[in-house]
Amino acid sequence: MSSILTVKNLSLTVGSETLLDNVSFDIQEGEIFALVGESGSGKSLTSLAIMRLLPEVIAVRSGEVHLKERALFNLSESRMQTVRGKSIAMIFQEPMSALNPVMTVGSQVAEVLRVHLGLKKEQVKEKVLSLFREVALKDPEERYHWYPHQLSGGQKQRVMIAIALACEPDLLIADEPTTALDVTIQAQVLGLLKQICKQRDLSILFITHDMAVVWEMADRVAVMKEGKILEQAACQDFFTHPKDPYTQRLLADAMSTKAHDKMEKEHEPLIEIEDLKVHFPIKKGFFQRTSGYVKAVDKVTFSIAKGKTLALVGESGSGKSTIGKAILSLLDETEGKVRFENQDLVSLDKKSLSPYRRKIQVVFQDPFSALNPRMTIASIIREGMTSLGVGPKERAAQDQYIEALLLKVDLEASHMHRYPHEFSGGQRQRIGIARALAVEPELIICDEPTSALDVSVRTQVLALLTKLQEESGVSYLFITHDLSIVPMIADEVAVMKEGKIVEQGLVEDVMENPQHPYTQKLLASAPKIMHKERENDNTI
Amino acid sequence: MKLVLLWTDMLVWLLVIALLVWSWIVSRNPQVKKIWHTIFKSSIAMASSVVLLFYLLFTLLDSIHLRLALPAESQKSQEVAYEAEMVSLLDLVFEHNIQNTERTYSAPFATTEYASSIVVDENGVTKQVYLPLKHVSANDDFVKESLFALSLGVLLSSLLVALHIWRRERSRFMLACKEIWQGESDLPWRTAYGTFMLLVVTFTWLYMLSYSYHVLGTDKVGGDVLYQSFKSIRTGVLIGILTTLIMLPVAVILGVSAGLFGGWVDDVIQYLYTTLSSIPGVLLIAAGVLSMQVMMDNNPTWFETTLERSDLRLLFLILILGITSWTGLCRLLRAETLKISQMEFVTAAKAFGVSKLTIIRRHIVPNLMHIILISVVLDFSGLVLAEAVLSYVGVGVDPTMHSWGNMINQARLEMAREPMVWWSLFSAFVFMFILVLAANLFSDRIQRVLDPRNKA
Repeated sequence: MSSILTVKNLSLTVGSETLLDNVSFDIQEGEIFALVGESGSGKSLTSLAIMRLLPEVIAVRSGEVHLKERALFNLSESRMQTVRGKSIAMIFQEPMSALNPVMTVGSQVAEVLRVHLGLKKEQVKEKVLSLFREVALKDPEERYHWYPHQLSGGQKQRVMIAIALACEPDLLIADEPTTALDVTIQAQVLGLLKQICKQRDLSILFITHDMAVVWEMADRVAVMKEGKILEQAACQDFFTHPKDPYTQRLLADAMSTKAHDKMEKEHEPLIEIEDLKVHFPIKKGFFQRTSGYVKAVDKVTFSIAKGKTLALVGESGSGKSTIGKAILSLLDETEGKVRFENQDLVSLDKKSLSPYRRKIQVVFQDPFSALNPRMTIASIIREGMTSLGVGPKERAAQDQYIEALLLKVDLEASHMHRYPHEFSGGQRQRIGIARALAVEPELIICDEPTSALDVSVRTQVLALLTKLQEESGVSYLFITHDLSIVPMIADEVAVMKEGKIVEQGLVEDVMENPQHPYTQKLLASAPKIMHKERENDNTI
Repeated sequence: MKLVLLWTDMLVWLLVIALLVWSWIVSRNPQVKKIWHTIFKSSIAMASSVVLLFYLLFTLLDSIHLRLALPAESQKSQEVAYEAEMVSLLDLVFEHNIQNTERTYSAPFATTEYASSIVVDENGVTKQVYLPLKHVSANDDFVKESLFALSLGVLLSSLLVALHIWRRERSRFMLACKEIWQGESDLPWRTAYGTFMLLVVTFTWLYMLSYSYHVLGTDKVGGDVLYQSFKSIRTGVLIGILTTLIMLPVAVILGVSAGLFGGWVDDVIQYLYTTLSSIPGVLLIAAGVLSMQVMMDNNPTWFETTLERSDLRLLFLILILGITSWTGLCRLLRAETLKISQMEFVTAAKAFGVSKLTIIRRHIVPNLMHIILISVVLDFSGLVLAEAVLSYVGVGVDPTMHSWGNMINQARLEMAREPMVWWSLFSAFVFMFILVLAANLFSDRIQRVLDPRNKA
């Protein structure tokens, strides 16, 4: 085996700030090389530097990149243009924005072929169809004439892969290619990449933050942090004997589970949901007649006990977030029963609902849109307190209350007078939690609170949630698409598909012994390290 | 002497008070203060805002109207009698120009009339001569007076600049001066002071010389063009500012309610602005102005003076312009509100049971501020130009009111004369050009800083 790509002592700077510090690695022929790290660690910068697509402000201070003996940094821009696409191809995280929405997908692939290979028209079409077959796109001849918006996320990513493969590159750079996809689709795309890598003897530089994906995919792994490569090893060694403390922590974070007290199973239910239905009307025509319904949530029944956590798992569009909104009484279309402490919330009017507003609160997915950018942290937290009349009334006492809250979620009291944009994603999520806690709720609906966060930050936030539950006995409805965090946080789990709950039960039961075929499929497609870890432990 | 408040004066002063209150609020909010600091970090923004302030100063000077008491000897009774026409502070400043009208056209700095006249002299011989101007003596020393005016301007402006620096940096005056001179101050004060001095020196030069010359010539009936140009500032600035003031609440209220409430509210508002924006603007304005004209002609008793009459017409024009121009901003705000109302912080507020009005006040409007601000400054220059176009077409301000549009309208005939009379058009053009350019540069900077899409 000879090396396809060699990166030697690559350092990047902006002004006096160092972004990449002496990064060196090489990728062998036919190998999948995973570059792992949290956001901001310099993974994507490395790939951009290899493609020579860096923004102008970033300067290459030192280092060389060789693609099969050819020094990429010495090539002229026009020569580099042929290297891009022809020798190195790239696929991105967001297939939506990488495809041109006004061109059919077939012609987009064909364009690449015409530009780089100069094929004739009939040959091009033939080639495109064979590529579509290779990436397992169904009905390639029909799909050729489709526009990107007609394809699903996974299909778009397949088209992107087809474009990347069109010119038979030596190296494929995959920058978080599955982060935007659902688990089952992710499994398919990952499988496809692996298969193509084997068939074509292609090398892949796989950039990801997800340890489980690394375990599934990689032959060799490099861990990056703050622009440096901390550890480089073969995949097996890496997972069994991580050397660097940071890596050890990352792996531990990715595999931790919640300590359950299995003993006490009988708990008083805090909230009971019975036959909950949310049907959105589809309106048509000039008079807006209702011509049908979208059954976002269809006859869902579950309950959450005091001080316990129910995880609601499902892929995007399964209606899990809608359930959250329905419980918060934010939707007019709700039918069925939501019994909170034996009081049905659905039948209440606005006024009699307000005492229950403070008992049910919510933490959102996107820490960037969840906080009003024009308000200070103190006024964000104060808003709910004044609106629902919780906590002290005088301003000075309120400030003290807010200070205590911030300390409780591991922030500093001095953060009170700052604005949201001064905080990182994890810190913002803590502020969101503090905002919910301010009104002393009994149930917090966590709507994908960790999906926008890095692994280590994710673990911290989950640990914070668990700690708060132990301290105050609050219950959580934890909505997520990520099966791997369910054991870390939940006591019970309910799996949703197309608005219905297909399976629910205790976490151990469902995760170890799934009954419904959909749950089995979900679990099978989720990349996981823990089970294989255990197997390894057994063999060693 | 009696202070008179015209309708537009009231609005202008209301606006000034509103601006002061707003800047006080801004100065208390560190985030917004920082944004404005960033805006003024650009020397172009500094320079253009100085120019805009200069124009605003003339507007304000021209917005204090007085009715002077008649001289004491003509008073028979105890009651004070007032002159029929009211004058503004600016009129008092330029009083010599109002008094010193000539017979007809004269070129800038000329000592004789522009066209020759037929004169019969003592000997009975008929001759064609250029008659000397009544109020310009031929034996003034132009260079000497210019030098005196210029040096006075430099002295005056440096005194004001020094005073300003001293007010800001009392304890370290010399050090601050040095920093500013070398361009090392935090904000580009050097540019600001430079622009300020340039403006003051130019103004003193024009003003001092206007005592002995008609600096920008005279018009057909011998009126001083320099005075007309300065009087036109108020008309232009008023139309620019007050129209946005009228359109803003309409656009914000309708746009936000359309975006937030949706349903039939949204439908009604959308139909309203689609209908309004599908009627040609000039047609709508012409119809409005003409019907208002008929109404004013039928009720001549409403007005004590012609100034009041033309002022009301200006107000109506502003109203009509405001009513026709809110649609664009409303559409923008509706779209943005739709986006913001889906944001999670609004959902969080709803989960706290916060009322809709509070959500609008606290969560939606502050996040629309950048769009509002950008469109206000962008619309300003468009409206100043719109006034000129409308007056040119004949549906603008009252013909007796000084405005750049009226000046240009007159110049239409003057340009056809042989030899051509160019200075009316030229002065209107220069005055308007500087204002619009400054407003555009300033809005450009505001847009660059405030528009989130520019934050790379």
